[in-house]
Amino acid sequence: MTEERLIISRKTNNKFFLMIAIGVILLIVGIIAMAAGWGGEHHAEEAHGEAAAVAHEAVTWSKRLFVNLWLNNVYFTGIALIGVFFIAVQYVAYAGWSVLIKRIPEALSYYLPIGGAVMLLVFLFGGHDIFHWTHEYLYDVNDPRYDPIIEGKAPYLNFWFYLIRMVAYFVLWIVFFNWLRRNSINEDLYGGTDYYHRSIRISATFLVVFGVTSSLSAWDWVLSIDTHWFSTMFAWYVFASWWVSGLAATTLTVIILKQNGYLKMVNANHLHDLGKFVFGFSIFWTYVWFSQFMLIWYANIPEESIYFLERLGGHDGKYTWIFFFNLIINFAFPFLVLMTRDAKRQMIMLKLVTIAILIGHWFDFYLMMMPATMGASGGIGFIEIGTALVFLGVFLITFTKGLTKASLVPVNHPFLEESVHHHV
Amino acid sequence: MDLQSIRLLTYHIAMNKKFVLGIYDDEDVLLQAIENVRAAGTKIYDVFSPYPVHGIDDVLGIKRSRLPIAAFFLGLTGMAFALWMQIWMLGFDWPMIIGGKPHISLPAFIPVTFELTVLFAAHGMVITFLIVQKLKPSTRVPVFDKRSTDDKFVMAIEVKDGVTDLSALNNLLRTNGAIEVNQKEVLK
Repeated sequence: MTEERLIISRKTNNKFFLMIAIGVILLIVGIIAMAAGWGGEHHAEEAHGEAAAVAHEAVTWSKRLFVNLWLNNVYFTGIALIGVFFIAVQYVAYAGWSVLIKRIPEALSYYLPIGGAVMLLVFLFGGHDIFHWTHEYLYDVNDPRYDPIIEGKAPYLNFWFYLIRMVAYFVLWIVFFNWLRRNSINEDLYGGTDYYHRSIRISATFLVVFGVTSSLSAWDWVLSIDTHWFSTMFAWYVFASWWVSGLAATTLTVIILKQNGYLKMVNANHLHDLGKFVFGFSIFWTYVWFSQFMLIWYANIPEESIYFLERLGGHDGKYTWIFFFNLIINFAFPFLVLMTRDAKRQMIMLKLVTIAILIGHWFDFYLMMMPATMGASGGIGFIEIGTALVFLGVFLITFTKGLTKASLVPVNHPFLEESVHHHV
Repeated sequence: MDLQSIRLLTYHIAMNKKFVLGIYDDEDVLLQAIENVRAAGTKIYDVFSPYPVHGIDDVLGIKRSRLPIAAFFLGLTGMAFALWMQIWMLGFDWPMIIGGKPHISLPAFIPVTFELTVLFAAHGMVITFLIVQKLKPSTRVPVFDKRSTDDKFVMAIEVKDGVTDLSALNNLLRTNGAIEVNQKEVLK
């Protein structure tokens, strides 16, 4: 089998840098606008009343920036992590069909080290802005703001343990990613089935690690923002969101590479399988979403339903449209558009749906994080769009760089022949 | 089982027909033979295989089933029925207050709606299939060659008296890799 080397032209790379530059400009404009207090006055009046008892702080531009950094980093780290997960699942399942596209999820994970660094920095510098539980006064019995419920969670939610866990997740993920990637590249160079068998064992171990770390990281990074609230479905919910975004990113990249003349041996059958994955797991996400929603809605216990009240009509109804938009773009749209066999085999349909899903799940994470941090001052403005563009640019640079590092076709993979003749 | 093998099993055979059977023992040879035989202008009645063969539908010129379209509308029917049933029962026929919710609360109806959508689509598909294929408990399926359930592929070509040139057909099948060519009369 012939090697295929991806070449990223200077022009394409410049586009990514332009993306970052535009993002930075938008960010600066947004920060200046917020610091100068444009359009922010009318919220100050409404913040009083009952909320004053909870020590309502005015939202500063730095808080908004940190929350946005956190939002985008969790989203892109998740997609990067799904890269390793996808590869591991394929190995453990002895899958043959995915061999031709396996270098794409592999390259997604090149973002992991950056994700880890950003996560650490944002937590260290902006932890108080994002996580209510990081405030010392909550644990001080003599302080009027003392919170016995949060104190009860202190054995798990405390600064040092949280930090250790965060570092541990990233170390584990990066180690397993490098391990699998090294075997994959050595297989290209030296051939033989040793690397394949070794990869299966590494993958099986990783899946166990992933099962634990993906749940814990979902609690740590997303659930603990709403410190009082908890949901047993939440780890699954975050995983479902990451997983379907990762699949959409993989599919979209396959299509873009194919349209630019790469991945010559990938055909409609491979796209069909990727399409089934995207279709199936957007329904899976909806299933988890609904399982979480319905039980809370039905039981209607105040400490639980507050979560959905904040998103449905709470905070001046700021998040209501996103709540419904989330369901339409992440469920109804992929469900109806990708339902037929033909749609899953056509690039244009898959492209439409995967782009929608990638945007939709960004909004999904937005909806998980913003109401508890930004409250009624949240919104989608220059800072949100700017941060997202910067992250997208950085992600694309690391991702495409990862793609160029090895042949797009894993030339010595034992199942390559099977993948080439894949037929659905 | 893929559609092809279901179709193979369930053909409705008219009485007293003569067939020429080409027996093959290799999947790739079989696929090539089907193409060549069809290209020579011979109509293949059917091909029997112990397992689903990839790409055999295409070479036999079988169109994709339209069953998924039926499934979609059956599912839609199930969904409409489930919603109507729950709204009518809990909203109009016998309204009850459950958990302080309004009589007609959509989230509570979704699990039942989902289940009935699946039930209608699944059972409806089976029933549609049985009707379209004219299958009933009394249907008898003739076996052309028992080895087609073990390790041989059987290509059946209907013989029309006075039209089919048997020796030419024999040659055609043999040159395309048939290991045996047999004749069989199928009685009802």
